[in-house]
Amino acid sequence: MSALMDAQRSEQSLKSPQDMVIIKNLDFFYANKQVIFDLNLNIQANQILSVFGPANSGITTTLRSINRLYEMNPKARLQGEIYLNQRSIFDSDVSVTELRRRVGMVFDVPTPLPMSIFDNIAYGPRLKKKKRKAEIADIVEEALSMAALWDETKDRLHTPAMSLSGGQQQRLCIARVLALQPEVILLDRPCSGLDPISTARIEESLIQLKKRFTIVVAPHNVQQAGRISDRVAFMLMGKLIEEGISAEVFANPQDQRTSDYITGRFG
Amino acid sequence: MALRFSEQLDELNQTLTRMASFVEQSIADASRALRDQDIKLAEQIIKADDEIDSLEKQIESFCLQILLLHHPVASDLRYISSILKVLTDLERIGDQAADISEISILLAKMPRHQDSPYIFKMAELTQKMVIDCIDAFIKQDIQLAEAVIYQDDEVDRLFQVIKDYIFTMIRTNAQDADLAVDYLVIAKYFERIGDHATNIAEWAIFAQTGVHKKRRII
Repeated sequence: MSALMDAQRSEQSLKSPQDMVIIKNLDFFYANKQVIFDLNLNIQANQILSVFGPANSGITTTLRSINRLYEMNPKARLQGEIYLNQRSIFDSDVSVTELRRRVGMVFDVPTPLPMSIFDNIAYGPRLKKKKRKAEIADIVEEALSMAALWDETKDRLHTPAMSLSGGQQQRLCIARVLALQPEVILLDRPCSGLDPISTARIEESLIQLKKRFTIVVAPHNVQQAGRISDRVAFMLMGKLIEEGISAEVFANPQDQRTSDYITGRFG
Repeated sequence: MALRFSEQLDELNQTLTRMASFVEQSIADASRALRDQDIKLAEQIIKADDEIDSLEKQIESFCLQILLLHHPVASDLRYISSILKVLTDLERIGDQAADISEISILLAKMPRHQDSPYIFKMAELTQKMVIDCIDAFIKQDIQLAEAVIYQDDEVDRLFQVIKDYIFTMIRTNAQDADLAVDYLVIAKYFERIGDHATNIAEWAIFAQTGVHKKRRII
């Protein structure tokens, strides 16, 4: 067996991975149109799972289901179960606001708030609980450091976030999510429109962040999925076709449709 | 990108087939030059080796460009990476045909001698192995690749027969010792050609399965 696969396997067995998110028999509908069909997917803690596939495969919808963000769309509805840390996210006593803190999300287009870099990060923690100034400053520094943005911004924390470059703005959005101390981070094509250097910085940040968080990413492309993921899940037309250790799926996909997609023969 | 990639794969296969044809021809000619004491043909084989070397470099560069530009995965990655391995074996076969021809030139200048019929049988068999292993590689035919690997046992057996024949020749007529050693070297070159064809067949299996010599390497 190849060294890379061995390493990935032994890493998994040493950690005896825990399923942080479990999706069971998920069917998803927009009005009468079904877009996800009987999805079953376990997402292991402290790993990066890339969910990839062609457009309209249900990837963004899958991500938005995990923190119930789909509920913003009145025509959306789902059947099935999603468990976060062994507890259903649909239980009546689950607060959606708290769920979205625990399962943070970063979108394809950076969305800095029209305020300073510091305030962008401090905004969430200030809302959550009254905190002392020094405490907030610590949270901002830690979040920016984890998102590999501290060194570039520490001398300009009170300048507008909009003045940052596209790549920096996206790392700021990651830092904003981290400041809320989530358990899971969902990233929906976080490197769209970014240059290769900014992309590499974000990928490096994600690899560091998985030590503390569980990460689910809809990657920018197949190569990105290969570079950063521990496991990958290939979806096609709302169905999960194949899921497994990243190096195994990219070396020997078990399903012909996965093979055709990753080798660029369709999609 | 997929269309361009597919066109490039076709072009790569065509160039690989052309290199393989040169190599096959070199083995057939090397055997003929030895049998007919044809110095001119032997010299042509030595010259043709430059063309084989040049094709090797061309294909190598083509493969690296594909890796660089298309980042192939799955079966495409296995195929391109195994071509890089196959190339080395093909190039070595070309070298060995040229080496056989160099000895043939020396032998042709000596008085007519009795050739071992087994040498030509080895030549014939190894030439077939080279044709089959390249066919197996390009047509993705695992059964044919396995047949090539199986045939190598027969080449090894023939080499042993020739070796015994040559030892007897030296024992019975020490004057022919130089000649005998030349024949032994030629037989050894054909035996190595069989080994290289076997290597190519093993890479043909890897390109399809990811398994090389019964071990999964990717």
